[in-house]
Amino acid sequence: MREELIISGRMNPKIDPILHAWGWEIPLYLFLGGLAAGILFFAALYTIRGKEDMYPAATKWAPFLVPVILIVGLGALFLDLHHKLYFWRLYTTIRFESPMSWGAWTLMIVTPISFIWCALNIKLLFPKWDWKYEWLKQLEQFFLKYKIALSWIMLASSSILGVYTGILFSAFNARPLWNTSILGPLFLASGLSAGAAVIIIMAKEHAERLLFSKIDLMIIGIELFLIIHMFMGFRASTAVQLEAAHLFLGGAYTAPFWVFVVIIGMIIPAILEFLEIKKYKIPVVIPASLVLFGSLMLRFLIAYGGQASRYLY
Amino acid sequence: MRYAMAIDTKKCVGCSDCVVACQTENNVPIGYCRDWVVEVMDGTYPQLEMEIRSERCNHCDNSPCVRCCPTGASHYEPGGIVTVTHEDCIGCSACIESCPYDARYTHPDGYVDKCTFCLHRVEKGQQPACVSVCPTKCMYFGDLDNPNSDVSKIMKNRKWKVLAPEAGTNPQVYYLI
Repeated sequence: MREELIISGRMNPKIDPILHAWGWEIPLYLFLGGLAAGILFFAALYTIRGKEDMYPAATKWAPFLVPVILIVGLGALFLDLHHKLYFWRLYTTIRFESPMSWGAWTLMIVTPISFIWCALNIKLLFPKWDWKYEWLKQLEQFFLKYKIALSWIMLASSSILGVYTGILFSAFNARPLWNTSILGPLFLASGLSAGAAVIIIMAKEHAERLLFSKIDLMIIGIELFLIIHMFMGFRASTAVQLEAAHLFLGGAYTAPFWVFVVIIGMIIPAILEFLEIKKYKIPVVIPASLVLFGSLMLRFLIAYGGQASRYLY
Repeated sequence: MRYAMAIDTKKCVGCSDCVVACQTENNVPIGYCRDWVVEVMDGTYPQLEMEIRSERCNHCDNSPCVRCCPTGASHYEPGGIVTVTHEDCIGCSACIESCPYDARYTHPDGYVDKCTFCLHRVEKGQQPACVSVCPTKCMYFGDLDNPNSDVSKIMKNRKWKVLAPEAGTNPQVYYLI
């Protein structure tokens, strides 16, 4: 038997007894970042493919939400900072080894693009909109002219944003649960699935809803594959990762993870979407909301579970 | 130059003098500590084995905290000592998450804080506070690149280990066993 105790009574706030340096802010920010990335990805993809008019919810309506989503997400990130007045230090340097650094720079690119995208479609919301100044009109014409190029930039930067939400965690080898490269693609897939869910809710045409139900179904399949792969990897790994995986395979996080994320957030919506594709009448808001809920829970449980996993020395 | 510390687990009695000396010397806020003492009990009675370790930031050669810092606030000083520039730190906690030894905390003023090997004393040629007060003289500090330093000499004659070497951090606090 082995017992290890800190006998000098260490009780540093948010470190002891279980690390909790990141509370609700970071998982919420990662969820919103992933969601924004998902919406922008599909908007860019279907604009590049020239199907703007066929899928208006994906290319025009859903992107209106993105600036709001990003602002709320960045607000959460700002709340998480403890030395808030120095936040601008993020933008005085680029450190490629630090995912948080290039993630901050990615947001610096994605956020203005999302505003530009909304501005290009603003006449849908306000038909009598007038830019008033000539130079703003010229700017609009410039971006309309190069909309496909802008879409390509948006496609690339939203993919990076989606992957970054996972890599932020996976770069920490001190937290064995996070230290798996599967988290990047898993969080990207989860973000795309959440983006598709929002588009499904906003779509007015049946054809668009059906397309995004199919896309969502496919992404859920990929997510389940990645989750199984993640745990297979942990089970075949070292003691620290076995212990980390145990949190979700019998330990404290087992029930919330498998019930909220996998069953309610993936399997049930997948069944409902499958039934919808098979022409059963399903209110689309149900699977779509479940997907969004599952995506949010995935971030929270991985964030909290990861902080509970550690090196055993 | 490579500053390092060697701590003799056979001589340490777990008195926590190092913890108090650090808190006093570095004005560590109440309720926080930069170093701490761990007691490990192995085996079943009567075959018991005990190890006492005074732990702190390991000033790793391959520090994950320096790597993940988005602003460069966490950095290496000459001699490999890892410190945080308060004015560059945004308090994002990424370094806290990245440390396998949980050696960092957020100072109530907002920046991240940790053991500095008492850099302000070392620069003056003094020993870190914890080393200088140890009543059993179980701690050795100095330059590993200098074969005549206390730490180099003791490590030549004793077996040692580091904490969580599998984390790949190459820690520079050595435990004599």
